[in-house]
Amino acid sequence: MGNPKTIIDVNELQTSFFTSKGEVKAVDGVSFDVPSGKTLGIVGESGSGKSITSLSIMRLLEDPGKIKGGKITFQGEDLLSKSESEMRRIRGNRISMIFQEPMTSLNPVFTIGDQIAESYMIHEGLSKKEALKKSLGMLELVGIPSPKDRLKAYPHELSGGMRQRAMIAIALACNPELLIADEPTTALDVTIQAQILRLINNLQEELGMSMMLITHDLGVVAETCDYVAVMYAGKIVEYADVETLFKSPKHPYTVGLLKSLPRHDIDQDELEVIKGMVPRPDQLPQGCRFAPRCPFARDLCRDHLPALDNIDDKNQVRCWIYSEEWDGPEVNVQDDYGTAQSKQS
Amino acid sequence: MTTELLKVNNLKQYFPIKGGIFGRRVNDVKAVDDVSFAVKPGETLSIVGESGCGKSTTGRAILRLDEPTSGEVTFQGKDLLSLSKSEMRKMRKDLQIIFQDPYASINPRQTVRQVLNEAMEIQNVLPKNKREDRMLELMETVGLGAHQLDRFPHEFSGGQRQRIGIARALSVDPKLIICDESVSALDVSIQAQVLNLLKKLQKELDLTYLFIAHDLGVVRHISDRVLVMYLGKVVEIGDKKSLFDNPKHPYTKTLLSAIPVPDPTKKKEQIILKGDVPSPINPPSGCRFHTRCPFATDKCIEEVPDLRTSPEHMVDGHQAACHYIEEIESGEMKPNY
Repeated sequence: MGNPKTIIDVNELQTSFFTSKGEVKAVDGVSFDVPSGKTLGIVGESGSGKSITSLSIMRLLEDPGKIKGGKITFQGEDLLSKSESEMRRIRGNRISMIFQEPMTSLNPVFTIGDQIAESYMIHEGLSKKEALKKSLGMLELVGIPSPKDRLKAYPHELSGGMRQRAMIAIALACNPELLIADEPTTALDVTIQAQILRLINNLQEELGMSMMLITHDLGVVAETCDYVAVMYAGKIVEYADVETLFKSPKHPYTVGLLKSLPRHDIDQDELEVIKGMVPRPDQLPQGCRFAPRCPFARDLCRDHLPALDNIDDKNQVRCWIYSEEWDGPEVNVQDDYGTAQSKQS
Repeated sequence: MTTELLKVNNLKQYFPIKGGIFGRRVNDVKAVDDVSFAVKPGETLSIVGESGCGKSTTGRAILRLDEPTSGEVTFQGKDLLSLSKSEMRKMRKDLQIIFQDPYASINPRQTVRQVLNEAMEIQNVLPKNKREDRMLELMETVGLGAHQLDRFPHEFSGGQRQRIGIARALSVDPKLIICDESVSALDVSIQAQVLNLLKKLQKELDLTYLFIAHDLGVVRHISDRVLVMYLGKVVEIGDKKSLFDNPKHPYTKTLLSAIPVPDPTKKKEQIILKGDVPSPINPPSGCRFHTRCPFATDKCIEEVPDLRTSPEHMVDGHQAACHYIEEIESGEMKPNY
C-alpha cells in the first residue's frame, strides 16, 4: 500500500488447518499493513479468518494450524523466521494482544498484580517489588478504582469490565508498539463497552501505539478505526479508510453487511439480507467466494477468483464488477443491491 | 378487559442465597422486583437492558419456567400463577419461547422430525396422520427444505438451527412467543434473515411477541413498544419512536448514547457512565440508578421513583421512572459527570 511508515506489513499470509479430512484454508492470501500510530479494523463474520490472522501474527497457532506461506514484517523484522524464544521476547513486549473473554485469558490462580508484574519481570528484568510498583501505576492508568486493593485481587473478584481493564493493563504494561485487540468488547454490556473503547482510544493517543482491532461489530469499527479491511471466507474483499468504507462501500458483501445491520438510530422498514450462509472452509467455491450469495454474480464470478485491486485511490476491492473483464450490465452495487436481490429470488 | 393478551402485575422473582451450616436463606437476589406491564394482541413488546437487569428472568417467570415469588400474570384473562402444573402445560400451547442458544435448546439426539413431532404430540394439536403435512408446511414456513426433516441438529448451521427453534415454537399454533435473545448468537447477515422471518410470521399468523434483547438496533427494528429494565425494575416504557427519539430516563439516554453507530461521520455526544451495574443482592436504595446517574440527588437515594408520564414532554403511554423528568428537560438540572 506504499505507506511511508508502517508498523507491520502482512503479505500473502496463508494459514491452514491440516485435519484428518484434509486441509482447511482459514486464511488464504491476506495482505495488509498498519500505518504507524493508526488503527486498522479487521471486520468479518464467524469463520472469516479474522482471528486466525491475528493469531498468525503472534505465532500463537495451535496444532493442527500452520502458517503455510507469506511474509509478516514487523518494524523491518521478519516475524515468520523468528525462533520461538525470539518470538517470546516480542510477545507481550513489542506486540501485545487483548482477547475477547478476559475470564479465560487471565490466570485464575494468580492475583491481578502478579499477572501485570510478570511482564515487567520477564521483559524488563525488574525485581518483584519494582514490578508491582509499576503495576500499580498501570492499574491507575486503566481506571480501576482503588488500585492498591485490586493489585491483590483475583480475576474472579472483578466484574467483566474490570477484568477487561486488567487485561488491557497487562497488555500495555511494556508499552507495546502494536496492540492487537481481538473482539475486546464483545462480551461486555454497551455502557461498559463505551468505557473500554474510550479507554483504548485515549491510551492509544497517549502512548502512540498502533493497533489492530478485530471485530464483527461495524459500529465499533466506525467509532475506533482509521482503516478497515473486510474479510470473507479467508480473504480480504475490501480495504479502505473508515469514512470511505461506510460512505461508499464497493464490494457486494460489504454493501450487504451494512444493509443487513439493524440500526438503533434510524428507522428501517425491512432489512436487506445476504442470502444463504458463509461457505464451509473445507468446501470453498472455486471462483469468487462470495459468488454463491452475491445478487450480481455471473459465470465469470463463479468460475474465476477476482484479485484485490485498487479501483480508485480510496477503495481496494476484490470483485469482478470493477474490472475490465466484467461482462454484465453496469451496476451500482450500493443502489442496486436490493433490486438485484429480489430479482434473483 | 379484552385489549390485553398478557398482563403482568407486580411481578417479583427473588432467588434465595443459601448459606451457613444449616443452609438457611441468608439473602435474596432480587432479579425482578415489582415489574408490571401489558402486551396487546398482535404487537411486539421488547424488554431491553444489560446483563443482570432481569429481562430474561421476567420471560421465564411468565412461562413459569421458574416459579415467581409473587405477583400476577394474566393471559387472556386467566391467572397463570394459580394454574396447576398440568393446566400450565396445556397453557404453554399458546405461550411458546425461543431461546438464545439453538445449540443448547434442541435435543441433539433427535432429528428435526422428532423434535417437531414431540411438540405436537405433547400438546396434541393434530391427529397423527396430519402431522407429516404440517411438518412439511412448517419447514417451508421457516425457510428450510423438506429433505432436512430427518437430519440431526448438528447438521445445521446456527441460523438454520434457530429456524428449527422457531418451527418448534410454531408447531403448536401459539398466540404469544417469547423470544429470549433469539438472534443474539447469530452473525449479522444471518440475524437479518431471522429477523425478517419473525416479522413475516407475525403478520401472517397474527402472532404476539415478547422480545427480550440487549441489542437496541434489533429492538428498534422489530418492536412496536419497548420496555427498559435496570436492576430488576422498569425504568422506562413507551412506543418505539418516543423511546428511541425522545428518551426521558437518564439510563435510557445513556444506553442509547453508548451504542456505537456504524457511521464514522456521525459524531455524537456520548454519555459515559461511571462504574458497573451494582449487585442485585443489595440493590441501591431509592432509585436503583442513583449510584451511576449524573443527575442524582438526595431524593433519588431515599425515594423510589414511580413510573409516570409527564404530559408536557411525553406522549400518551410513554412513562419513565425518574423524579426529575421536567427539571432535566427544562435544563434546570445539569448533569454532574
